[in-house]
Amino acid sequence: MGLETLFGHSYLTTRLDEAVNWSRKYSLFNYPFVTACCGMEFMSAFASTYDIARFGAEYPRFSPRQADVLFVVGTVNEKLAPVLKRVYDQMCEPKWVVSFGVCATSGGFYDNYATVQGIDKIIPVDIYIPGCPPRPEAVLDALIKLQEKISRESVLDRKYR
Amino acid sequence: MTTYLLEALKSKFPAAVLETSAFRGDETAVVKKEVLKEAAAFLKDELGFDFLMDLTAADYLPREPRFELVCHFYSTKHNYRLRLKCPVGADDARVDSLTPLWAGANWFEREVYDMFGIKFEGHPDLRRILMYDGFEGHPLRKDYPLKKRQPRITHRD
Repeated sequence: MGLETLFGHSYLTTRLDEAVNWSRKYSLFNYPFVTACCGMEFMSAFASTYDIARFGAEYPRFSPRQADVLFVVGTVNEKLAPVLKRVYDQMCEPKWVVSFGVCATSGGFYDNYATVQGIDKIIPVDIYIPGCPPRPEAVLDALIKLQEKISRESVLDRKYR
Repeated sequence: MTTYLLEALKSKFPAAVLETSAFRGDETAVVKKEVLKEAAAFLKDELGFDFLMDLTAADYLPREPRFELVCHFYSTKHNYRLRLKCPVGADDARVDSLTPLWAGANWFEREVYDMFGIKFEGHPDLRRILMYDGFEGHPLRKDYPLKKRQPRITHRD
């Protein structure tokens, strides 16, 4: 941002962190990278019953350039891996990645020739949600954990990964 | 029931029909791969099978010939079904394509080629359909290693 390089770790930048992180964590625009059956549970979590708008994250952007959080929902296979990498690269900093469900996290039971054994083989992941598929409560829990993680970040430390 | 279809097939290709069976309506004929296309054309033109429902294969390693090509035919007009199978060896894994008879055989045959490596002669565009270019081997072959992983591909525009 400029200010932080001028002042370093000082009172001003820690206060700046507070303000910036507060605004970031309550306006998470997500990009749903939905590939499989987990998508149904994703829709459930993002619909009115569980009301993810309470956490300021209800609005999906279907362009990675306008998104803050990449939700990888479902199985990613070897043919799709370069596409996922491309989508991640297109997102602007700051960006976070949530691995939704056991397939995205570890390949799940698809231990075979076609499936990537976890998206962390391709891109860095911030939060993993277990489950096949995860309950909406687990998704909300992950979102809260992501917000906690964001609130601990410093504008000084955030660098390009 | 419709076993007379098998009889008709047998009398048309007496030397090429290796085996027939019928159990509760699953009329099946095993034919030599050289006559597969001819037999399919016979089914289509003479016996009223107008629909190729499925074309797939199975690997029976270590049996020789190891592959078996399986085609399911259906007649929408008469509501009967018939299955043609033909053994295919690994050394000469080539079969005549059915695309001239049924355009729908196109993707089935590409899938069989992709997964088993059986080549179809006369196919207009025999490329992989599920796996990507650069993938080596045919993953549904029984001797494809279960834990084998191949180098990750890069993005292509």
